[in-house]
Amino acid sequence: MMKAGKIFLFLFVFSCAMNVQAQDMSILVQKVKAKLDLVNDYVADGKMKTDVAFIKAPVGKIKIFFKKPNLFKIKREHGISVLPKGGVSINLSSIIALKDYVALAAGDVIIDGIKTKIVKLLPMNESSEIILTTLYIDEANLLIKKAITTTKENGTYEMQLYYGTYAAYGLPDKVIFAFNTKDYKMPKGITLEFEDNDKPTEAEKIKGRKGKVEITYSSYIINKGVDNSMFK
Amino acid sequence: MWTLLQIELYKIFRRPRTYIAFVAITALITIVQLGLKVDGKEYAAFVMADLSNTLQIDGKIMNGYFVCYVLLQLLLVHVPLLIALIAADMISGEANMGTLRLLLTKPISRTQFILAKFFAATIYTILLLIWLAILALFLSMWIFGTDDMFLLKNNYAVQIENADIFWRYAGAFCFAALAMTTVAALGFFLSQFAENSIGPIVATMSVIIFFTILSTMSIPIFNLIKPYLFTTHMVAWKEFFDVKVNSSNETIRGTIQRPDRLINSTFILLAHIVFFVGASLYVFKKKDVLS
Repeated sequence: MMKAGKIFLFLFVFSCAMNVQAQDMSILVQKVKAKLDLVNDYVADGKMKTDVAFIKAPVGKIKIFFKKPNLFKIKREHGISVLPKGGVSINLSSIIALKDYVALAAGDVIIDGIKTKIVKLLPMNESSEIILTTLYIDEANLLIKKAITTTKENGTYEMQLYYGTYAAYGLPDKVIFAFNTKDYKMPKGITLEFEDNDKPTEAEKIKGRKGKVEITYSSYIINKGVDNSMFK
Repeated sequence: MWTLLQIELYKIFRRPRTYIAFVAITALITIVQLGLKVDGKEYAAFVMADLSNTLQIDGKIMNGYFVCYVLLQLLLVHVPLLIALIAADMISGEANMGTLRLLLTKPISRTQFILAKFFAATIYTILLLIWLAILALFLSMWIFGTDDMFLLKNNYAVQIENADIFWRYAGAFCFAALAMTTVAALGFFLSQFAENSIGPIVATMSVIIFFTILSTMSIPIFNLIKPYLFTTHMVAWKEFFDVKVNSSNETIRGTIQRPDRLINSTFILLAHIVFFVGASLYVFKKKDVLS
């Protein structure tokens, strides 16, 4: 009888501790969200580099538009832009915008010399496109250093964020967005390339690597209003 | 020589047959342009369908540069047939009309006579390509505007910046001129051996079709002879539309992925031209002209 009581007490204390930790993580996420909420909208200039093994693309100048709650658009100033499908639109604000979620602590890790808390966000809503998000939060500065998002339709994305001038708003200077790519093979009837063009050696070297989009922000115009037509 | 060339050009452009090629090219290009103008988005969506599963490609894919590339892929296979209509008629046409012997009574050497005829056929070929460039490139640029080019190869896709494209077309058309001159030289060579135009024209077309099939079939035994077929090298203009990348997989502006292939193909086509014209000279000098 005494033994059963001890076990019950231990389980009660453990579950309480877990609950307190989950609450702590929710508070931390809320704090980060509050920081990001300082930004209602922004227009940013930057450069985008697409690094996908089967695509040869140049670095291009881009404009990035954001408006609360989760309108996000990347437009290449001149030319064609190649982005992971449905991926880049998963920006920090839309991840944090999750309303019903469970935030679980998953330890600490050092990223770029900064201690970060690992927080796993599990959406409560079963119809949510996001299945799981893992955030690496710099607790001292309330900055998300890394985010790994697993979605239902578009696979897993990984965002690495580097901060500088606009850290006070929680806006990064550089984002490296990694995603899974499938092998690419086009029927000759579509490409009309009937001759055998062997794959270039440069591309061959990097085959198998994850696809990456690297966005380097040069300037932000924050909270000056952005028209909804920009997101069409 | 210049007077001879002027006479030959006059003879070429006096015949209605000459303009068939110009009319055919105009009709084909304008119909394709019309189709792409009306349903271009659907065509682009169809072509990009495989990539669209994982990537979102935004921008003006269906622009003038892309349309011109599509047109050249379609047309540069068929233009040789139009060139054969004239080039394979240069000597055999004279024989057919019974004017060959008469012409050779003039105080000109057989070498001058042959070279003037070949240069006239070459000028016709170049004019046809200039007309093709005006319609396929400049008209498409005017109708569809310009933007980056997003090209699909069999194993990868290439995006070329807008500012880095025009010189590639200049190069591609110069190379196409060389390739088509090779066809003209072949037709011209075959026209020595007949006294009517149909034979050499059909023979030229047959050689091109036969070699093209061998060039495009990926069967190991044919791979041995492919490098020696001029039809294999006629499509090397596409090399202008492939770009080198650096270690970060960024395209390097102003580069060509395989310039060695382009140079190799240029030399092989030049060698074919020299061979066909040289053989024409040799045969014609030895020929007992009876017609």
